[in-house]
Amino acid sequence: MSDFIKSTKESNQIVIIETDGYLNNEGGEAISAICYEKMKAGQNKFLINMAATKVVNSIGVSILIEIIEKLQEVDGKIGYYNLAPIVSKTFNIMGLTKYSTVFATEEEAVSGL
Amino acid sequence: MKQPSVELKLPIIPNMELIATQTAEVIARHMHLTEDQAGEISMALIEACINAFEHSKAENNVFIHFLIEEDSLVVKVIDQGIGFDKTKVEIPKIENKIGKDERKRGWGLQLIQELMDSVEFESNSEGTTVTMKKNITK
Repeated sequence: MSDFIKSTKESNQIVIIETDGYLNNEGGEAISAICYEKMKAGQNKFLINMAATKVVNSIGVSILIEIIEKLQEVDGKIGYYNLAPIVSKTFNIMGLTKYSTVFATEEEAVSGL
Repeated sequence: MKQPSVELKLPIIPNMELIATQTAEVIARHMHLTEDQAGEISMALIEACINAFEHSKAENNVFIHFLIEEDSLVVKVIDQGIGFDKTKVEIPKIENKIGKDERKRGWGLQLIQELMDSVEFESNSEGTTVTMKKNITK
């Protein structure tokens, strides 16, 4: 597993991925590798806990757009929680919040996705 | 007295943009900027550095100048690459990217312009200078 992925777990049939560090192209690819593997196994709901990811770049976030696109093909969803303010703002500017959801907490995310 | 400045010379190596953001954070604390302002400057700086690293085809270094002014922070990102024509850069929209065969990348300039108060591009075949300004509201 990539150092960027701190942990993965499942709750309410949702795959929860906890990240750690800079969401760049490598970080984005680490997330997408898990999502695509789980999608092959039939999972279609994903949450990303970004509490330990304070810095992102647009290349890493663009990979999340690719995941959103793939999830649309299987009627799936992705959401995020524990975002730093600048990460949340970046997601807004890039339009991710039109196709996926930002939650405040894990509890809210698991019940709301 | 001349306004203080900080200058960095970054080699074109993956993730070197984080050195620029660490410097920006120190300067932001010195200037008593808010967390939001500091985050916006760092994010814009990351995108400007990535553009310089990836798109300029510069072979040497990228230079970052921070100019600490009374009521603003000016950040210049300078490369000695091939330059670019800003008028040919399309404004990205996620609606045009999702479900279509279009590359998902290409957000750098849009983010820089949204996050900073003013942005100027000077570019020719000998390089590009991006000048980004964040006004300080106290």
